[in-house]
This record gives sequence, C-alpha cells and structure tokens, in this order.
Amino acid sequence: MRHDFLDRYSRLDSPIHRASAAVKLVVALALVVAVVLLPASRPMFLVAVAVVLVAVAVLSRVPWRFLVVRVLLLEPFVLGVAMLALFQSGGWRMFLFLVGKCTVCLMVMVLLSNTTPFSDLLRVLKRWRMPALLVTTLSLMYRYVFVLVDEAQRMGRARTSRTFTPRRSRAWRTIATVVSQLFIRSSERAERIYAAMCARGWR
Amino acid sequence: MHIPDGFLDSQTAVTAAALAVTGLGVALRRARLHLPPRRVPLLGLAAAFVFAAQMINFPVAGGTSGHLIGAVLAAVLLGPSAAVIVISAVLIVQCLMFADGGISALGANIFNMGVIGGVGGWAVYHVVSRLVKGLFGCVVAAGFAAWCSTVMASVACAGELASSHTVRWSVALPAMAGAHMLIGIGEGLITVLVLVAIARTRPELLQPEAAPEPRRSYGAIVAYGGLIALGLALFVSPLASRWPDGLDRTAELLGFKEKAVAPMVPAPMPDYEVPGFHWTTLGTSLAGAVGTIVVFALAWLLARALVPKGAAGPRGVP
Repeated sequence: MRHDFLDRYSRLDSPIHRASAAVKLVVALALVVAVVLLPASRPMFLVAVAVVLVAVAVLSRVPWRFLVVRVLLLEPFVLGVAMLALFQSGGWRMFLFLVGKCTVCLMVMVLLSNTTPFSDLLRVLKRWRMPALLVTTLSLMYRYVFVLVDEAQRMGRARTSRTFTPRRSRAWRTIATVVSQLFIRSSERAERIYAAMCARGWR
Repeated sequence: MHIPDGFLDSQTAVTAAALAVTGLGVALRRARLHLPPRRVPLLGLAAAFVFAAQMINFPVAGGTSGHLIGAVLAAVLLGPSAAVIVISAVLIVQCLMFADGGISALGANIFNMGVIGGVGGWAVYHVVSRLVKGLFGCVVAAGFAAWCSTVMASVACAGELASSHTVRWSVALPAMAGAHMLIGIGEGLITVLVLVAIARTRPELLQPEAAPEPRRSYGAIVAYGGLIALGLALFVSPLASRWPDGLDRTAELLGFKEKAVAPMVPAPMPDYEVPGFHWTTLGTSLAGAVGTIVVFALAWLLARALVPKGAAGPRGVP
C-alpha cells in the first residue's frame, strides 16, 4: 500500500479545496490558455501569474515541498524539448521563455490536481455532456487504478522475495509475466464487476 | 511523448483537439454499436491496467529503465476502437490527476498516442498478421506494430511542435523520431513478451470474440484512415514536402482554400533555405527505411525464439 502518492492531498480542507470544481477547472483552463497565447514580448505576465499561483499554493495548505517535487518531476521533458529550441537563432531567449511558460502551466495543473478530487472533476465533465461511455470508463478506471497498482506492487514484492537478482534477459521475461498476469486479473475482475453491476440493476 | 502546455500554439492545439474529438467520437460510437454490454467494465479496467503497467519499470542498460506505452497491446487485446477509448482515458487521467501532459495539448496527445498510435498500430498489426499465420505471425505483427506505432506517434508529435514554431522541423524530426526508434524497440519487446505470456496462460483472451468489432467495416476504415491522413496532411506533410505550398495547392485544387485552411496552416519555415535541409530529410527517411526493415527482421527472430514451432495461433484473429 504505497500508492497514496497518487492523490494524497486532493481531499484536504482549505478555501481552495472548498471552491467548486467547475470554477477551478474553468479558471485553470483560462490561465493555461492565457499563458499559451502569451506573445514572447511580455514575459512579465508570467511572473505575475506565478506570484498568484504561489499565493494560491500557500492558501491551499498542500505542503510546498510536495508541489515543488511534482513540478520538478515533470520538468525533464520540458527541458528536453526546450533544449531543441537552443539549436535555432535567438535560441536562448526562446529557451527561457518556453521553460517559463511551461513551468507556469505545470504549476497551474499541479495545483488543480492536488486541490480537486478527480471524482469531482469527473462530475463536472459529466455535467458538461461528456459521452456516458467515456464517463463510465473514466470512473471505473479511477476506482480501480489504486487496486491494480496495489496488485502490481504486491506481485513485484512477491517476485523479489522469491528470486535473487536475475540476469537481465530473465528479468524482462519475469516482469512481462507480471504485466500479463495483471491484464488477466483485470479482465477477470471486469467480469465480476459486470456481474455485480447487473445484480444492482445497471441498465 | 506527453506534450506539456506551452509548446503548441493555438492553431495547432485547436486543430489537433478537433481531430482527437472526432477520433474519440468515432471510437465511442463504434463501441456503443458493437461492444457487448458485458465488456463495458473491461474498458475501465483495461485503462487502469495500462496505467498500472506504465508504472512497472523494465531495466535498460546503464541503470536507466523504460516502461510500456501500451497502445498496440490494448489494440491487439481489445480492438482498435476500444484502444482509442482506453488510451484517451489514461491520458485524461494523467493530465487531470498528475499534470502529466498539458490540458491545452490534451487533444494533440490523444490524437498522437490514441488515434495514430492505437489505430495506426492496429492497422500495421492487422496487415502483417494476415500475411504470417498463427501465433508466430501474431507475435511478429504485434512487435513490429508496437515499434511502428511509437515512431508514427513521435513523427506526428514532431510535426505538431514544428508547425507551432516551437522547434524547427529539421531539428524536431531527427531528434524525436531518432529517440523513439530506440524507445520503440523496447516497446516492441515488452509487447511481444507480454502477449506471449498471455498466450501461454490464458490463450482464450486472444480468441476471436475478444475482438469486439465486425471483421470488415468500411465505415471505420474510412473514418479512421481519413482522420489519420488529415492529421498527417496538416501537421507533417507541409513541413516534409520540398514544396512548402504543396498543401496550399491541394487546398486550391479542392476549392476550400478560402474558407479555413489558409489561416490554419502556418508558413512552414520562414528560414527555409537551410543548407543541408534536404539532406537531413533524406537522411532521416533513409535511416527510417533501414530501421524499419531491421526491426521487422528483429521481430521475426524474436518470435522464432519465443514461439514454439507449430504453436496453434489464435484462431481467426485477423
């Protein structure tokens, strides 16, 4: 049971957490769109948004260390692509601007995801007429992601406790077996869930 | 390959989102028509499975590790439309729960990995497994398709980055495609190993009724093929073409230039006369062609090593 890193802080109690999910989603979208559309000649707007975001983060009482780690974890791909911008004329300016833009957007999304439970977001999406099949898929996925991650970790633990460090070629086959078991178990679970859903009068 | 916010300009993001919404819409419609109700929960569970499987790391040389992407695995096990839904669900959750992949780039990510990766990969799988029979053919096809889907998705991703003027095409294509030609080898290997393991323990999961869609469906081929072609035409071909106005000319020919396309297609490259540009394109395509043949041979050898001779294939799986 070490999957609580998945969404640990989205159910805290703070003014930000209490705000309605629809409002937060709209504000986050608007901020991201504004930042994406920002012309390169106005970098100060980024600083202003970042200051507001830091204030929101403090208000939300999510540990700042956790937020910083989340943003940094997502940064490598940003740096990787922005690095490609260095190879063209005016590279440095573009590089800094890109990294700034992406980091601010990342902050917005990290804050949104850590102040709003996914089930609330899903309810908003449902109200916004997302197709029913997709909503069902997403809610079932959210419900069972924790179960399956748990199961995968349990299988991994069982395997490491039974084997010495294997050669690499063996390791791949063993891990592939774990993944295939995970699929088999999830499809069996899906059958049981369907039976349970029918028993409770689904459709 | 998750594009974060800030790399795509508004035109590219909106175009890609429109393509992704159409693709997802087609997939949902087909699932509603053809998916038996008892398989509906499997979509959610498969999405959770792909998510959990992406967290399992495979050791690669030098202390680094890679993980499964899973578009082709999902397409082989569940069919192309279900794969589009499953991959989209995974991407939506990764975006909204973990900020992995930007919300303004969600459409582009769904189009690249779900539609191009899933359906495009499935098409490759479908064709190759027709040509080579039995479980052996299924394994060769899946390994090759997994590699192709990774590379195709990365080329689309490079096209989107370049048509947003974030990165120049002559830099983006070799970097993205080159890296993903290596990543794709890992993806193909994992897909093959997982499929072989499933075939060993529960072969009936690979059986015909596992493919929920009718064998021949021209509607789906037209819809998905048209979408993928349109996406490549909008994002990749104006950049890859040696005549930057190639798309304009097509648009003129088809008579819809005045309406929408003209503002949607940005000037591909203001500084187009980079010396050696053609060579980069030529070199990349040559490397791509050689790489494709090598990977197909590798998939063949791997399947030879893993599948016992004369193993009964999944009956009738196309």
